[in-house]
Amino acid sequence: MMNKVFETCEAAIADIPDGATVMLGGFGLCGIPENLIAALVAHGVRHLHTISNNMGVDGFGMGLMLEAGMIASHIGSYVGENKLLEEKVIAGSLDLTLVPQGTLAERIRAGGAGIPAFYTPAGVGTVVADGKEVREFSGRSYVMERALTADFALVKAWRGDRLGNLVYRKTARNFNPMMASAAGCTIAEVEELVEPGTLDPDSVVTPGIYVHRIVLGCRFEKRIERRTTRGVTQ
Amino acid sequence: MNESRKTAIDPRARIARRAAKELRDGYYVNLGIGIPTMVANYVPVGIEVTLQSENGMLGVGPYPLSGQEDADLINAGKETITELPGSTYFSSADSFAMIRGGHIDLTILGALEVDRSGSLANWKVPGKMVKGMGGAMDLVAGVRRVVVAMEHATKSGAPKILNECTLPLTGYKVVNTIITELAVIQITPNGPVLEEIAPDTTFEDVQWLTGTPLLIREPIRIMH
Repeated sequence: MMNKVFETCEAAIADIPDGATVMLGGFGLCGIPENLIAALVAHGVRHLHTISNNMGVDGFGMGLMLEAGMIASHIGSYVGENKLLEEKVIAGSLDLTLVPQGTLAERIRAGGAGIPAFYTPAGVGTVVADGKEVREFSGRSYVMERALTADFALVKAWRGDRLGNLVYRKTARNFNPMMASAAGCTIAEVEELVEPGTLDPDSVVTPGIYVHRIVLGCRFEKRIERRTTRGVTQ
Repeated sequence: MNESRKTAIDPRARIARRAAKELRDGYYVNLGIGIPTMVANYVPVGIEVTLQSENGMLGVGPYPLSGQEDADLINAGKETITELPGSTYFSSADSFAMIRGGHIDLTILGALEVDRSGSLANWKVPGKMVKGMGGAMDLVAGVRRVVVAMEHATKSGAPKILNECTLPLTGYKVVNTIITELAVIQITPNGPVLEEIAPDTTFEDVQWLTGTPLLIREPIRIMH
């Protein structure tokens, strides 16, 4: 019987080696695999090459990996919430590559879809296009960007089943589906682990073929980065 | 979202109110952080627009009531928001396919500098903390119409509309319209054309705070 379920996050990430390339889902602190991150920090691997839109905040999410000195290089689109990152980049101990957000999303999607490179209008005429092929199609310039893949992807979904089928919740979907498709080993943490047949097949966003391991997160803090409201509940 | 309670003299509110007049019924719109976010408070009566958030949502609603914040529901500025009837969620790849594919009618965003050819700089200040461009480069490259909503000059009075941008570019020749507290300027193949001017200023004052010669299309309308 196919069973991708791991009992603990620690067991699910135990074979991630030093120097691995790891994608981490999430936008800001929304939809991040917080339990897998905590397990990875406790496990203590080093020299990771991470790919994630952001870098958490000081003291939470990927910020914990940064503080633990686990990250050798990072590819992302916005890292403005993390002061420690700046210190490490200036000190030369972390190699940071900034990529337009849509280009990052598409590079990961392409990686999972067997497309080695593509042309995008984003970044033409800016530093992003430096050193890259720029080509004209129908009178407009586009820059060639290459696909991204990883050894491991750590993703977060709302509900998942034993077969690895995943459903996300609201804007916590973000980068998780593409990352799930672009890694040699995809590890999904879920808030609810259900039996096959429970999820509506028409509503599954990530089919289980992309997911190699699934684990029920033991504790979800789901921290909010910017709490904005319009008044008091009546 | 208390901006509507402030007086119209507040330059940021004035910019947002004028930028809202660029909205048309049925538009799909992406609003940037800062003044552009305030545009949602001034949507004209009788106009229905759908707001897109590039992390992966169409149909962005207002901020939640206190106590009803949802960690799984945020906008591209990482603020808690709400959904509306008909809202949809999708991945960031789908979101940017929507953006690059020309399906978004209008984006309104802030700027550090804009030049006379419509090139835009809004992501990197040399010597300041490295942050990243986020989705701005994809938005200006892909959305059908790009409107910059910003204060006309820096806090120290230095022009932000220039002959040529000095900061690293977000996009090359991408801006269609600039809206400030003083003026509405269209970027044309001939250069920046002053189309509207605030009621409490003069062409000479606007030109004084602008780092490139403005063209005039008579009659210059009064900005409301």
